Amino acid sequence: MTLEIALVGLAGVLTSAAPILFGVIGETISERAGVTNLSMNGKILLCAMGGFAVALATRSILLGFLAGAAIGGLVALLLAFASITLRQSQVAVGFVLTLLCRDLSYFLGNPVMGTTGPSLSMLSIPFFQDIPVLGLLFFRQDVMTYLSFILVAAAWVFIFRTRPGLMLRGIGERPAAAYVRGANVNRLRYLYTVAGGAIAGLAGPIYSLSVKAGWKGTISGLDGIGWIVLAITIFGGWNPFRAAFGAYLFSLLQWLGLVLQPALPGVPSQVLQVAPFPLMILTLLFVNIGNAEWVERSLSRLPEPVRRRVARALRALKATPPAALGTPFTKE
Amino acid sequence: MQIELRDIRKTFGSVRANAGISLLIPPASIQGILGENGAGKSTLMKILSGFILPDSGDIIMDGSRVVIHSPADAIRRGVGMLHQDPLDFPPLKILDDFILGRRGAVFPDRRKAAREFRQLAAQFDFDLDSEAYVDTLTVGERQQLEILRLLWFGAGVLILDEPTTGISQPQKEKLFATLRKLADQGMTIIFVSHKLEDVELLCSRVAVFRQGELVGSAEPPYETKSLVRMMFSRDLAFTGRTSVPPGGPILSLRGVSLEALRLQIRDVSFEARAGEVIGLAGMEGSGQSVLLSACAGLAQPVSGRVRLGENDVTGLSYHAFMKRGVAYLPAARLEQGLVAGLSLADHFILSEGVGGIFIDRGRAQDLASDRIRTYNIKGAPSHQVESLSGGNQQRMLLALLKESLSLILLEHPTRGLDIESTLYIWSKLRERCAQGAAIVFISADLDEVLQYSDRVLVFFSGRVSPPLPAEGLSVEKLGGLIGGKGWDVLASAAVAHG
Ligand SMILES: Nc1ncnc2c1ncn2[C@@H]1O[C@H](COP(=O)(O)OP(=O)(O)O)[C@@H](O)[C@H]1O
Ligand SMILES: [Mg+2]
Repeated sequence: MTLEIALVGLAGVLTSAAPILFGVIGETISERAGVTNLSMNGKILLCAMGGFAVALATRSILLGFLAGAAIGGLVALLLAFASITLRQSQVAVGFVLTLLCRDLSYFLGNPVMGTTGPSLSMLSIPFFQDIPVLGLLFFRQDVMTYLSFILVAAAWVFIFRTRPGLMLRGIGERPAAAYVRGANVNRLRYLYTVAGGAIAGLAGPIYSLSVKAGWKGTISGLDGIGWIVLAITIFGGWNPFRAAFGAYLFSLLQWLGLVLQPALPGVPSQVLQVAPFPLMILTLLFVNIGNAEWVERSLSRLPEPVRRRVARALRALKATPPAALGTPFTKE
Repeated sequence: MQIELRDIRKTFGSVRANAGISLLIPPASIQGILGENGAGKSTLMKILSGFILPDSGDIIMDGSRVVIHSPADAIRRGVGMLHQDPLDFPPLKILDDFILGRRGAVFPDRRKAAREFRQLAAQFDFDLDSEAYVDTLTVGERQQLEILRLLWFGAGVLILDEPTTGISQPQKEKLFATLRKLADQGMTIIFVSHKLEDVELLCSRVAVFRQGELVGSAEPPYETKSLVRMMFSRDLAFTGRTSVPPGGPILSLRGVSLEALRLQIRDVSFEARAGEVIGLAGMEGSGQSVLLSACAGLAQPVSGRVRLGENDVTGLSYHAFMKRGVAYLPAARLEQGLVAGLSLADHFILSEGVGGIFIDRGRAQDLASDRIRTYNIKGAPSHQVESLSGGNQQRMLLALLKESLSLILLEHPTRGLDIESTLYIWSKLRERCAQGAAIVFISADLDEVLQYSDRVLVFFSGRVSPPLPAEGLSVEKLGGLIGGKGWDVLASAAVAHG
């Protein structure tokens, strides 16, 4: 019985990680192309509100999600235009957009605030749902959670195994070299920024139509998540699987905070609420330790076979940002 | 493929990089393009490879006039170019870099590509592991990778811009043999260089550039003197070794062992004394770079001690070495030494720390123009470093060195430079020695090693010779040692001495 409760809780962790995954994968794609989209925090709010309002008005959950993606893509398009075409700072434009989107979501969301609307229902997968343990964990979820699993794998395959994905990495690493190899760098950057924005935009309606159904304005509890998404993208080393690890870790820590609260009455509840953030950062720092120069230096003192094995493990963990991240491209 | 260039013109601001160049390049031959740094060779090649558009002029390929809009357009027409700084992707695996940009199915057949890569590499005797990362390669190996890739992409015209500057003597011979083979198969090869010997050895025809103009051409048998006159329209003076008696030890290594990727160096001991120049000779990747980085605190010895003057600095960081007067000038100029995007003046501000917290623009400007004049750099303080030609970038690196240095470590200090710049750089380095600095440098150019070193350390796949006085060495003997011949004699001689 307690096992079942734990499993249901863990299944909930997977569900609540889904919107973070969409945000992180979207941002990863955009940053792989060399464009940092800092509008994430405001964008999630605006897409959540927009998706909810559309779903409420049309009574169609599907249209709600499409609206979220469309808003996300549109915000990204603004950023792409400002940074690629007008060559303005991505950081500055991103900050302005994030604030603008947040305020817009509160302002425009007033009419639908507090109304109950449609929400995504669970879609159990026949047969699979009856597998012990796994069925409860993985196969009694809603459709967006299933999609989030697929998204992570698909994004990884795309980035690391396909020809366009290889070019995507190329334009973010060394656009001049990618250009020489036939890439229309700026057009591809537009494409991936908007696509990444649309994918990240889906995070909004996943909240407002499923994880935290409804729109409650400033008390929706969504403000701040976008920043976590950006941090996980970086700590995830622009790799979908590592990013997924970060997203699940964060959701797990949040859930543990809730579960442990009754068991630890001495600890102020705020501590447990905030704990996931520093814990998260510590863990991810640890994962990224192979990046540090002093580690490399102390390694060279180890006996060669050991050093080689450790070095290879660290190289696999090592993450470097796309070298051209944030820099505009001109052909000479 | 036959290529004809008609009256190509290109100016950058006030610089006439190409001032009306006409040239006919027949197929199945190796066309040499000779000229000193800044003569406009790279500019013409970038025009032919679609990287930049000419201001005016025509390109005619096999009788029909073409406009080459982009490098991708060029490679579609079969024109592939190897750039001076290889345009590859350092954080990627070699195989990924190899495939990137090649058209085909969404899921590239990696196994097939790897097989074709291995076959191509074997054909050229290039030792590259397709699963290694590009950023672990030397500049020379990155050039090899680019050559293989261009061939694989179907280049019928291969442009090589200063290709021999990155590779060792045997690799160079391998490359030349391959280029000859490709030319025999009907490929058009354009070989850009400022090295007379390479051009004379390889090319079926040479065009000489000077200050953006085509000033002459020649066919074998070449007359070196007349080529030099065309290149420079003046005679050059040599500054050889000066015999300043060496002072006290500046750098000393005792029983240093190092371990690198595919290489182990055992038990190296030597001293560099004030005023002395030590040359490190060997094929690329024989251990010179690792040893040099150990002298800079960038690689840590697994055993042995490193001393700077009186201090034991084993295991300290590069920063600590720098504070003790060590300067390190790596081979990849733009990647490690200079900051692309910053102007010349900015570089002086960074290296000199002009004016505390607030930047004193005026003083920085004065300092920059002063140094630019002293070091004869062709550029203005406001120019960005990446717009400088290779020789000027190297001068810039020298100009950035602090006034008081005890040890200067250089990797290929004159790679890619013409004779005039080389002489100039060495005269400046000699001045440093006269002021009491020691110099340790790596060069693939045996003549340079013999001409400027007081003593030479020879490297052969991780083996390191004791310091050999340069006077007692000849090109033949040094070349033999680099190729692994004559080491037994060396060992017994060392025992007899020791
Ligand atoms: N992108 C550029 N912007 C400004 N000046 C340039 C640029 N490229 C080349 N130049 C200038 O044009 C001249 C010819 O350069 P280049 O063709 O690189 O010479 P080479 O290859 O013969 O050494 C040099 O004076 C160089 O400074
Ligand atoms: Mg050049």
